[in-house]
Amino acid sequence: MNRTKGDEEEYWNSSKFKAFTFDDEDDELSQLKESKRAVNSLRDFVDDDDDDDLERVSWSGEPVGSRTRPGSFQSLSDALSDAPAKSYAPELGRPKGEYRDYSNDWSPSDTVRRLRKGKVCSLERFRSLQDKLQLLEEAVSMHDGNVITAVLIFLKRTLSKEILFRELEVRQVALRHLIHFLKEIGDQKLLLDLFRFLDRTEELALSHYREHLNIQDPETRKEFLKTCIGLPFSAEDSAHIQDHYTLLERQIIIEANDRHLESAGQTEIFRKHPRKASILNMPLVTTLFYSCFYHYTEAEGTFSSPINLKKTFKIPDKQYVLTALAARAKLRAWHDVDALFTTKNWLGYTKKRAPIGFHRVVEILHKNSAPVQILQEYVNLVEDVDTKLNLATKFKCHEVVIDTCRDLKDRQQLLAYRSKVEKGSAEEEKIDAILCSSQIRWKN
Amino acid sequence: MAAHLSYGRVNLNVLREAVRRELREFLDKCAGSKAIVWDEYLTGPFGLIAQYSLLKEHEVEKMFTLKGSRLPAADVKNIIFFVRPRLELMDIIAENVLSEDRRGPARDFHILFVPRRSLLCEQRLKDLGVLGSFIHREEYSLDLIPFDGDLLSMESEGAFKECYLEGDQTSLYHAAKGLMTLQALYGTIPQIFGKGECARQVANMMIRMKREFTGSQNSIFPVFDNLLLLDRNVDLLTPLATQLTYEGLIDEIYGIQNSYVKLPPEKFAPKKQGDSGKDLPTEAKKLQLNSAEELYAEIRDKNFNAVGSVLSKKAKIISAAFEERHNAKTVGEIKQFVSQLPHMQAARGSLANHTSIAELIKDITTSEDFFDKLTVEQEFMSGIDTDKVNNYIEDCIAQKHPLIKVLRLVCLQSVCNSGLKQKVLDYYKREILQTYGYEHILTLHNLEKAGLLKPQMGGRNNYPTIRKTLRLWMDDVNEQNPTDISYVYSGYAPLSVRLAQLLSRPGWRSIEEVLRILPGPHFEERQPLPTGLQKKRQPGENRVTLIFFLGGVTFAEIAALRFLSQLEDGGTEYVIATTKLINGASWIEALMEKPF
Repeated sequence: MNRTKGDEEEYWNSSKFKAFTFDDEDDELSQLKESKRAVNSLRDFVDDDDDDDLERVSWSGEPVGSRTRPGSFQSLSDALSDAPAKSYAPELGRPKGEYRDYSNDWSPSDTVRRLRKGKVCSLERFRSLQDKLQLLEEAVSMHDGNVITAVLIFLKRTLSKEILFRELEVRQVALRHLIHFLKEIGDQKLLLDLFRFLDRTEELALSHYREHLNIQDPETRKEFLKTCIGLPFSAEDSAHIQDHYTLLERQIIIEANDRHLESAGQTEIFRKHPRKASILNMPLVTTLFYSCFYHYTEAEGTFSSPINLKKTFKIPDKQYVLTALAARAKLRAWHDVDALFTTKNWLGYTKKRAPIGFHRVVEILHKNSAPVQILQEYVNLVEDVDTKLNLATKFKCHEVVIDTCRDLKDRQQLLAYRSKVEKGSAEEEKIDAILCSSQIRWKN
Repeated sequence: MAAHLSYGRVNLNVLREAVRRELREFLDKCAGSKAIVWDEYLTGPFGLIAQYSLLKEHEVEKMFTLKGSRLPAADVKNIIFFVRPRLELMDIIAENVLSEDRRGPARDFHILFVPRRSLLCEQRLKDLGVLGSFIHREEYSLDLIPFDGDLLSMESEGAFKECYLEGDQTSLYHAAKGLMTLQALYGTIPQIFGKGECARQVANMMIRMKREFTGSQNSIFPVFDNLLLLDRNVDLLTPLATQLTYEGLIDEIYGIQNSYVKLPPEKFAPKKQGDSGKDLPTEAKKLQLNSAEELYAEIRDKNFNAVGSVLSKKAKIISAAFEERHNAKTVGEIKQFVSQLPHMQAARGSLANHTSIAELIKDITTSEDFFDKLTVEQEFMSGIDTDKVNNYIEDCIAQKHPLIKVLRLVCLQSVCNSGLKQKVLDYYKREILQTYGYEHILTLHNLEKAGLLKPQMGGRNNYPTIRKTLRLWMDDVNEQNPTDISYVYSGYAPLSVRLAQLLSRPGWRSIEEVLRILPGPHFEERQPLPTGLQKKRQPGENRVTLIFFLGGVTFAEIAALRFLSQLEDGGTEYVIATTKLINGASWIEALMEKPF
């Protein structure tokens, strides 16, 4: 404890008299040292010292009139609530009446100013609607969110819902604070009532939907999401909310089924590749990946089949192919990969097509460490020659690089590439054979 | 001591000392031995104003992190909770207090709200039946925390969301209070400029607060000439772009928290010969970054491309200095060499650290993906292809890159196009929801409400006008020896800083048209000074402007302002204040919707 008794006495002796005036605290403030005032600039100063019993005795012995002991730790919240005073620390355990009477004469503006300084104030005496609204307006004009909220708590408790809403509708700042406050304390019911009253339908819908984030149990969550369908979202959002519900509904079915299959141990795919996590609450694309991984061959009729998911959620071709490719490549099911890009025309000729572009296919295959033979096949399908050459070089598809250089009649590049292949390898031989060939008219 | 705070034009150590004094006074109020229970978020900001030694001097014997259930045992008289006024923290405090062992020695509880007591929180404590258990319930108005010689922050992470989404002005009130404290210490600021709705509010609050204090005339000679209040939503673009200054990139990649950064340890292993690298450190390397470190002060605000050459030059100087030992022949020379050793060793340590950091950053900035991302950003900012679905963004979604990265790019495109075409917006939205989860509808709505992601209204794109008038895109940027603030983003000149620059010269009257396009009012207020305090500027003396970013500021913007301060004929030096130091990622993250 650094503050010595001497300091304290000096303080009281010099400021005591002032401390008991009814005047605005600002006057006391001006008496104090500049530096001190600086940091406490907006706070009442006399709150400082209370830890000394001696002082306290002299405090209560003084004829303080209608003013409470400054620095009482009794707070506004005591005045705000009907609940009887609970177990106060000894020095707070004085009868309530002692704090009460002092404030009877304070105007709304005095009251708000005191609240702002963290002082005791009873709001109960503001009984008429007009008084209450004036109190609110004073608080709003001070811009202090803390005080605005305090007054709103009081209004919320003492006014009927209808009147509170009606009055706040024309007081936008206070209204925004009430909305924030209701969100903060989680009074969802009143918040929804308020949005309904204000006819802010989309906010109402979103605010209701938001609650699902706090529901852990999947069944309950699903049922809750069901209640969100049909709420006044925008048309675009409505579709997403509907999809959210449908997706979770599917996931619950798939999860139950797959957990059973996995624990039974009869299904090869689950034995070989045990599931790392439950599919519940995963995004749509993750679910599609899962379904392409574990349920690829299933008929369209089952909920877990990829085709069914694609149709139900209108997944675009591009997205579907990308996801299926990633899943099948991970399983190294090259045959499936091949089938994904093979199309037959009406004459029965097959053709390779990729809605995502073959350069993307190659990247994904490489990421899943596909063997060079497979990579090569798809690198060859890349249409743009520069891209093709780049990818082939990057992924060491020697054959493709060599053939492309030959086709481009680019002797220099081929020569340069010769140094990158292994000495004495088949690739080197091939390059040498081409370089010696008299059939080719090199462009350089 | 924090000497680096006094290096600048305005001695911010005065503020630091003032807040330290207030802390000591509170601690002394709780007589006897004490333990502090910390809201973890506060330990960082508090670290900037007080070390543990200060607390110890005032009988703080133990420190705990605020956690549920029982308090750890501590043989102390007082338990003090240092907390932000948040309801969820009140629940934890109540749990602590209620599970206190009644048979043990009685302990006194206190609570210190930072920066403000909250009636709502006290109500919650009362509802939980513990309010009466606290002897002291007070507030500690740590509004503006000095970070560096020219930088102050409130470190209020929710400020942007509260101001621009919830319409809650509480953080503006704190900003105004912080400004009043500054004026009490550094004198009344004679001129206030501002742009934006929140700026207007803060100016109003300041004027009102001043009126209420008429009894106490401020007799301090004013240090600041101007105050510029800027709303973050006047310039939503800048934080979305990737910062390209050294400090900005450290923040983008590793995140600077309260001037500390945690780095992967591998690059910092002591290099010894014959060491097979067996005992590589596994714990993150923690470094403090501020202007107290000479080398860092020199390179922090440079474009990253200009950092390498400075580091190699320094390396040569330092090795030359060490070589000097061979030339030291006489006892006197040797003595002089030895006396310089500590300084040289510190310089070498600092150089080693920054070389390692620069290597780490370079690994990232030279990656293909970083290059692709930057290309897209620069296209958007210079106005290319902002009105159609972007391939790179599409790829990022398909490859499930972090959602924040995707949102940042989509928002950047939207801002650079004054909103996206409905069709484009719907496409992005659907891709995002299907890939990352439908619940992000809520986040997308928040972004829309904040004006970051929105449909284009009336088919009009204002961005080109703003870009041209304010010269936001500069094609010929010099990263090594910059001549314009656009070097901080390698071409893009931050809009916010451009506004500050134009205000100081030639004045905002020259850009009235653009100011009308940007959201919120612009205004000017004067706070009259008694004649004795009016400043007579010497010829050639720079003005000092306090620029306050309401809703956050990035390190790149700070670098650009420091660049302006250092210009020989600039005429203005800046001290920067903000509600929070942000980058695009931390900013977007604060707008994302999470469970209650």
